[in-house]
Amino acid sequence: MKYAYYPGCSLHSTASDYQQSIDSVFQRLSIELEEIADWTCCGASAAHVSDPLLPLALPAKDLLKAEKMGLEVVAPCAACYNRMRQANHKLRENAQLRQKVNQILQANYRAQVKVRHISDVVVNEYGLEAIARLRQHDLQGMKVVCYYGCLAARPQKIVAFDDAVYPSYLDRLIRTLGGEPIEWPFKTECCGGSFSVSKKDVVLKLTHDLLDMAQNLGAEAMVVDCPLCQFNLDFRQEEVEKQYRVRYALPVFYFTQLLGICLGLRGEALGLKKLNVDPFPLLERKNLQF
Amino acid sequence: MKITLDEQARAFPAQISKMIGQNIDGCYQCGKCTAGCPVAYTMEIPPQEVIRLVQLGREEEALACHTIWLCASCETCTSRCPKNIDVAAVMDALRVLAFRRGRTEAEKEITLFHKLFLQVVGRFGRVNDLRLMGKYNLLTFKPFKDWRLGQKLFSKGKLKLTAPPVKGLKELREIFQRVQASQAEKS
Repeated sequence: MKYAYYPGCSLHSTASDYQQSIDSVFQRLSIELEEIADWTCCGASAAHVSDPLLPLALPAKDLLKAEKMGLEVVAPCAACYNRMRQANHKLRENAQLRQKVNQILQANYRAQVKVRHISDVVVNEYGLEAIARLRQHDLQGMKVVCYYGCLAARPQKIVAFDDAVYPSYLDRLIRTLGGEPIEWPFKTECCGGSFSVSKKDVVLKLTHDLLDMAQNLGAEAMVVDCPLCQFNLDFRQEEVEKQYRVRYALPVFYFTQLLGICLGLRGEALGLKKLNVDPFPLLERKNLQF
Repeated sequence: MKITLDEQARAFPAQISKMIGQNIDGCYQCGKCTAGCPVAYTMEIPPQEVIRLVQLGREEEALACHTIWLCASCETCTSRCPKNIDVAAVMDALRVLAFRRGRTEAEKEITLFHKLFLQVVGRFGRVNDLRLMGKYNLLTFKPFKDWRLGQKLFSKGKLKLTAPPVKGLKELREIFQRVQASQAEKS
């Protein structure tokens, strides 16, 4: 298996642990990721609020490169994934728009490159049965809430690769790894995403609601597959605790980190020390500290 | 009650309908978008009323409200609308128009963040958090905002002082320029 890889800006900075765990896990699974050379930002949440063409031109510029590589694209960031899928969709549906964007790119992008979320590739393409065969350790019944967020679920017809309201792909992965996924109502609620800097109070309120529900249901950890969600839930967690006078100390893992642990990879290879909320007491309790 | 709009007032809903590729008059104000909106609690006008302002051609109010900037683009509204109105796309269309007309006063910090974000991308190709945050803090007169968070990120190796240069920046800047030029054509 080989894919064109579009890491996105977060994976080179605030989500460098996600990147580390992806590198290690994909090597173990023998899935090859070839990084798109000199990729640039997809425009994230800023482009589509500023201009109608920019959020199409920016992703198309790099998708064009992937087209030349002849590979499907894998994106680990839900925001990049969402923007690339939306751009592809609009460009496919609207020939006039496609022509305009191609004038801007001075190229001929046909919007046929398939873009996939990294979880989709791991769970649906590589498959849970194959993962079960490689499993060396077991999550020991760890109670986990899987949080999917917005951007890999909505708009449903364009981005969803599972049920858009109540997805279960991460829950199924956690079960395969010997954990106990908790049913909870906030799987695809919003964490405030890009408002982390410019409207922090909104993020603190929304993440508080998520963390509170997780705690009330007895979760020992949260699992995510989006660097924006992870940042808000993990790195803002202390501020939420301070503002709302609560205590969670709830580790927020990337799914690739728990997967990596169960595949027998060591903590350093998975960036576990880079998490803000210390995951090691929990891992010790489950005899999973290596 | 029958409401008749004059030609001038009709122009605005027509413009938004064209931008979103749908007829905005399809909205019958059921309020489902508002009910599911995670940010509605902090909006002065709920999403459904913004749609109504557009339908009624009340351009000034629609472009000046906080709501359009507070929309987190989670698309819950769009996915639940019984009339399939792309409410999130309406918010985008209003923001695009507000930006074009310099109407960013309702939420100065959010709009500044968007602008700086694209400036950094246009210049360096990728987002550099340190540069973006530094400039944002400077321009919002809060130099020490998230200082502790920054220190923590830095100590965890999650903030880098420098990033390897990206090739092809000239091409990227030309894309930005051509996008800008096509904007100028419109206005």
